[in-house]
Amino acid sequence: MKGYILRRLGYSLVSLFLLSVTIFLFVRVTGDPAVLLVEPGASKDDLEMIRQQFGLDQPLPVQYGSFITSLLRGDFGQSFYYRTPVLELYLSRLPHSLLLAGAAMVFSLVVGIPTGIIAAVRVNRWWDSVGKIFALLGLSMPSFWVGLLMILFFSVYLGWLPSSGSGTLLHLVMPAIALGWVFAAAHMRLTRSSMLEVLGSEYVKLARLKGLPEALVISKHAFKNALIPVLTLAGINLVIMVNVAVVVETVFAWPGVGRLLYEGIAFRDFPVVQATVLLGGAMIVIVNLLVDILYAVIDPRIRY
Amino acid sequence: MNDSRSATLTLAWRLAAFRTEGFPVIPTAIIVTVALVAIFADALAPYNPELGTLGDRFRPPAWQAGGSEKYLLGTDHLGRDVLSRLIFGARVSMIVGFTAVIVAGFIGTVLGIISGYLGRWVDQVIMRLTDTWLALPALTFAIFLAAIVGPSVNNIIIILAAVYWTRYARVIRGEVLSVKERDFVRLAVVAGCSKWTIMRRHILPNVVNSAIVLGTLQLGVVIITEAALSFLGVGVPPPQPAWGLMLADGKKGLMAGYWWLTVLPGSCIMLMVLSANLLGDWLRVKFDPQLRQL
Amino acid sequence: MSGPLLEVRNLSTHYVSARGTRVTRAVDDVTLTLEAGATLGIVGESGSGKTTLALSLLRVLPPAGRIVSGEISFEGEDLLRKSNAEMRRIRGKRIAMILQDPMASLNPLFTVGDQVAEPIRVHDGASRRSAWSRAQELLKAVRIAAPETRVREYPHQLSGGMRQRIVGAIAISCEPRLLIADEPTTSLDLTIQAQYLNLLRDLQRAHHLALIFITHNLGIVAKMCDQVAVMYGGRLVESGPVARIYNAPAHPYTRALLESIPRLGDSRTRLTAIDGQPPDPAALPGGCAFHPRCPKVMDRCRAEAPPEFSVANAHTSRCWLSG
Ligand SMILES: Nc1ncnc2c1ncn2[C@@H]1O[C@H](COP(=O)(O)OP(=O)(O)O)[C@@H](O)[C@H]1O
Ligand code: SF4
Ligand SMILES: [Mg+2]
Repeated sequence: MKGYILRRLGYSLVSLFLLSVTIFLFVRVTGDPAVLLVEPGASKDDLEMIRQQFGLDQPLPVQYGSFITSLLRGDFGQSFYYRTPVLELYLSRLPHSLLLAGAAMVFSLVVGIPTGIIAAVRVNRWWDSVGKIFALLGLSMPSFWVGLLMILFFSVYLGWLPSSGSGTLLHLVMPAIALGWVFAAAHMRLTRSSMLEVLGSEYVKLARLKGLPEALVISKHAFKNALIPVLTLAGINLVIMVNVAVVVETVFAWPGVGRLLYEGIAFRDFPVVQATVLLGGAMIVIVNLLVDILYAVIDPRIRY
Repeated sequence: MNDSRSATLTLAWRLAAFRTEGFPVIPTAIIVTVALVAIFADALAPYNPELGTLGDRFRPPAWQAGGSEKYLLGTDHLGRDVLSRLIFGARVSMIVGFTAVIVAGFIGTVLGIISGYLGRWVDQVIMRLTDTWLALPALTFAIFLAAIVGPSVNNIIIILAAVYWTRYARVIRGEVLSVKERDFVRLAVVAGCSKWTIMRRHILPNVVNSAIVLGTLQLGVVIITEAALSFLGVGVPPPQPAWGLMLADGKKGLMAGYWWLTVLPGSCIMLMVLSANLLGDWLRVKFDPQLRQL
Repeated sequence: MSGPLLEVRNLSTHYVSARGTRVTRAVDDVTLTLEAGATLGIVGESGSGKTTLALSLLRVLPPAGRIVSGEISFEGEDLLRKSNAEMRRIRGKRIAMILQDPMASLNPLFTVGDQVAEPIRVHDGASRRSAWSRAQELLKAVRIAAPETRVREYPHQLSGGMRQRIVGAIAISCEPRLLIADEPTTSLDLTIQAQYLNLLRDLQRAHHLALIFITHNLGIVAKMCDQVAVMYGGRLVESGPVARIYNAPAHPYTRALLESIPRLGDSRTRLTAIDGQPPDPAALPGGCAFHPRCPKVMDRCRAEAPPEFSVANAHTSRCWLSG
């Protein structure tokens, strides 16, 4: 198992390296990086200064060397708009993002798991079709449109919920649903297929042969096993949620990392955009690694 | 007369036969209709989609109180005809969606074949790169690229292709690994064909089905991403009509309850994506049972 | 008690595919009888319907399976007329079953003790603690060393033979009258197989169990059973006392099976010595299902399925030659 973890760690490091190279190269090879790295409306002299400061006239490997050393020191650059270090900005917004992603995750699990189970237990019946339609709609309705529709209905027509901002629990309801919607569909699909697999297993058959009530067979023997892949996916999805929340956060003016990214675009604040992508990618790589390690620890049957 | 009738009958019979195999008639019809609307947008749209009449701002659809026959589906905040914008928006969606899927499919398939067939360090490099790009959150990555190259329809296509080729590379590589063990490839090797000839003539035809299935399944994702980028202002630049952009504009009338500016463009996106997903699902089961677990 | 323990009459179980287009007659018109404390061996190639027959007796079929006709009478009660709740009280309590695959039969997420104690708690309403100590006794009864530590372990910590013993402990936990063992030793290695068979026989004597022993190994049947029933394509083609059938088989299929018996000790060899493929139960040949492979085939065999003929006392055969 130690070898396995080390190997996974090595892969993740390679991924992080390639990630930084990718971002670095994209900034350099597409046009003049100085234009991106300088504040909008800067003079020719400012451009020249930036070229000097970032060593943009030096060979690429040298440039990359200084790029990666600043990153490793936690220096992601300075926001043009907020005039503060980007990492600080990012970290100050992260709790809001995590709150939203957490709420969206709760919503997606509360909806996805029970419907997935029902769809699995009642195979090929009415419920299963309803579940399929629900899953398809989930995958076909853009989250920001779901958000806009909810604002129209619950804020404008009914006046029940605030249409934007943050602060109270009520503010959280619609963004969480809009963001969690797609994931609810995904979690439902996975719960269903995982549950179907478990229900066909020998140990579930043996549980029935023991004379256990069907409710106990499903809730104890099938459910727990079926949940493992769903929770694994949920762990990864939580991080993905933080990163795809940009549209939903924009719709609801939710002050998370996604909104920061949107501001980065709107104010042409390139360091912010670059840092958000880098940190988002790194987060996903790291969580994937953690999930794999956790799996290996929890489930000793995994010995690659 | 007789001939054309029997031709119609044959066609109907064919469609019926398709139906029994679960062919998604309605989704296909929707995609074809949207494609036709996109092609004939100039003839179909009653107004110029980019020019508005400021006196006619926020007109509701014709059937609602305050609506007028002039604007069947109402107008937006600049007094532009919503119907005309939806029609031309179809053109943008189709062009961006199909081109991006084809370009991404091309890149991914080529890299997948090279990676799978050549193996060794080439495979290692390409697959590590694929993994890394897969790890990048697609939307954030696309926004980053858009921020670098600036908004335009062409750039959107390039960006979406750059973000979405990875899926093809992964799947196609897997297929190539099994195809290259088959007898006709071995024979070709023995016959002294060059690696490139083998990849082009023997491997490619055997994985093209999977690429098409994947492409159909990705069409929906690509359309949604384009809409999201346009909605955020880094996609199709205004005043061009795109469904995502219309949703962003629609926000200006949202609090006033001007529902048509939000409901109509979103419904178009949803219908397109839903249709692509249904068609893709069918193709997947039909042509490529191995892809079922995707 | 008067009358046999178990009487199965004309039982048929089919698998129906999702769209209802494919029907597999996995068990077709099966009739058999078992006395209390006796041992019946069911033999047949893989796919002949043995497992389906066993699962039908307990009414625990996969979703596609349906019992379409017949009667199952156990201790004088008609099992097919029981409600689901009544059936549940019979499973594990009065009829227990050991499944084919010991590796997959235990739930990976619960301790051994929990899984052994479960039926005791459900059927006898025992407290957690008393069920737990009973579980330890049961582990001792199936000859597992150090039961007090084993109860706290998880299935993946145990060897295959150990797991199969635990499945055995679960089966006898509520002192059933009938135990069905479905190829319980197929996946074990030879020495462990022999130990397990001894264990089963000892348990059977100690608890006066009736045993249905499913296998494709006629050698094991000879050692373990009083009665034997041979299955082919979902039907019982021959049944009777072990000694009679071994000395004077009436059905050509049984005869072929006996000729292909593996040499002593080599009990893992499959029954492959018969020419031709085992039949596909979803598309059985008309007439006698064995006719494409039968050395004695006649015209009549292709046209008409033979009924069950009585060859001698308690010995039946489904072959026109026995008529
Ligand atoms: N869940 C199922 N669905 C459909 N057919 C099945 C199912 N289980 C078993 N069968 C079919 O029923 C026949 C008998 O299977 P089984 O009872 O397992 O035979 P055996 O135990 O003798 O190997 C086989 O042809 C098998 O394909
Ligand atoms: S009935 Fe005919 S085919 Fe069937 S076993 Fe007897 S002789 Fe052979
Ligand atoms: Mg079996």
